[in-house]
Amino acid sequence: MKAIAWHGKHDVRYDTVDDPEILNPRDAIIRVTSTAICGSDLHLYDGYIPTMQKGDILGHEFMGEVVETGPKSTLKTGQRVVVPFTISCGKCYHCSKHQYSGCENGNPADNQDISREGMGLPMGAAFGYSHMTGGYSGGQAEYVRVPFSDFGPLVIPDDSIEDDKVLFLTDILPTGWMAAENAQIEPGDTVAVWGCGPVGLFAVQSAFLMGAERVIAIDHFPRRLEMARQFGAETVNFEESKVAEALWDMTGGIGPDATIDCVGLEAHGAFADNVIDQIKVSTFLGTDRAHVIRQAIMATRKGGRVSMPGVYAGFVDKFPLGAFMEKGLTLKTGQTHVQQYLRPLYTAIAEGKIDSTFLISHRMALEEGPTGYQKFHDEQDKYTKIVLKPGTSAKAA
Amino acid sequence: MTDVSQRVREGDASTHDDAPVTASKTAKPDRALLAEVVTINAPAQELYAFWRDTPRLAGVLENVLSIEAIDSVRSRWTVKAPAGREVSWESVITDDQPGSSISWQSAEGADVANSGRVEFKDAGQRGTIVRATIAYEPPGGTVGQFIAKLFQREPRIQARRDLHRFKQLIETGEVATGARNQRILRERSGD
Repeated sequence: MKAIAWHGKHDVRYDTVDDPEILNPRDAIIRVTSTAICGSDLHLYDGYIPTMQKGDILGHEFMGEVVETGPKSTLKTGQRVVVPFTISCGKCYHCSKHQYSGCENGNPADNQDISREGMGLPMGAAFGYSHMTGGYSGGQAEYVRVPFSDFGPLVIPDDSIEDDKVLFLTDILPTGWMAAENAQIEPGDTVAVWGCGPVGLFAVQSAFLMGAERVIAIDHFPRRLEMARQFGAETVNFEESKVAEALWDMTGGIGPDATIDCVGLEAHGAFADNVIDQIKVSTFLGTDRAHVIRQAIMATRKGGRVSMPGVYAGFVDKFPLGAFMEKGLTLKTGQTHVQQYLRPLYTAIAEGKIDSTFLISHRMALEEGPTGYQKFHDEQDKYTKIVLKPGTSAKAA
Repeated sequence: MTDVSQRVREGDASTHDDAPVTASKTAKPDRALLAEVVTINAPAQELYAFWRDTPRLAGVLENVLSIEAIDSVRSRWTVKAPAGREVSWESVITDDQPGSSISWQSAEGADVANSGRVEFKDAGQRGTIVRATIAYEPPGGTVGQFIAKLFQREPRIQARRDLHRFKQLIETGEVATGARNQRILRERSGD
């Protein structure tokens, strides 16, 4: 089959690889019809995530048609399914708490040692996202082996709902929703969201649905800020305005009730701390560029909530722990418990309460994946979201 | 519960904490000593029964090549060692508490002299804590232990991974693999 494989920093290729097979009783094989490139794939593209190996198949946002099932799978050949990026067994302690991204059984025993040493406990498993999270082949491919297929995938019964409407149930829509949920938004709240990428834009929509009165969105790409405005957000362009000063003024000297960092470890901008972080990253003295989470903590009102869906991988310097304590903030974060949100968010899409297709700027054939990565990386204002369509040719797509 | 505060007032707080000896900063065991734990969402009795069923057990413990039962308390264990080698010993069950623990000791002439205990402790809504404690004479001493670690055949790494595979099989009915197909699965098991 054909697939998009990682070969190194800024080097992804359209490769021919051998097909997936059923290996475990609960497995299913999916023929991929749509698969997206995620902002977090860019962290892999930029070489920030350790334990990637040459030839690893990328992609954790995908859906398709069931073509083969193991004896314990409850799926049926021909069914159309959306597959959560988190690989969760549905049987362990964390799954029983609905904290599916903490699943203890998806990550193979041999792959758990690194995160157990580095993070205190083994990470859960995900598709196409390094060997630390299981070394599973991803969905930017013609076919994928899906473990625990009796538990994770959501069957889309209605053929009239096209792929583009439900594809983002795999990751970014639930991630934006959980980001807003973690911000514990109360009716009437003022919420600030850093980063108007897909997760940020879904967080903006979710915050309003949860009763926020004002949402202030922060980015530097005009097109992305315009999208946030379309959902009713006020916007701040950090290249044109001082964010801290703007938030102080716009919130009447109280600060936002909740702040959401939808940026994570690769913050942009020529801020002093970012430049120092960048030097440390390149000299291995630190790992993460943490400008946004610092700024969010400083801006949040006393007693407020900070939600951090943005990905961080290692250690940060100059974390304003004193401000965090003195202001009595709450910080919630984590990989998304996708399985928890699939059904309610599918209903919200079907009922037209959430718009999920506005993001897609480009649709491409699978073979154009390498170009897609480069464009998504280099031209973020124009390329807001790329969906790859295996089975279509470059000309037709 | 009744006299704790009184004991604290009298300066008679317990001098021993509840941490296991393997976490001790001062204990100096005369052999290499390790403990690994895993919590499994199943009753202790079921897990104990599985552990007592040696052919089934050998199928789960990936680093164990075979367990041949000799009689009800004696069995021969063959285990993977660094650099494609294997080590073997005869194991004797020295104490058997049905549903709660099994203790063993290697007989004379073992390649790696060892003893240990597997305990099954009720952990309420979390299920059962399975705890393996193993004491052994590391072949080649500290250097040998370091080499074993490089080859990922160090007993603690083996025990941790095998306990986790046991958990996966019991809880999910299968042992997780990130491999895409049989060929990659064989490559990753590396044997």
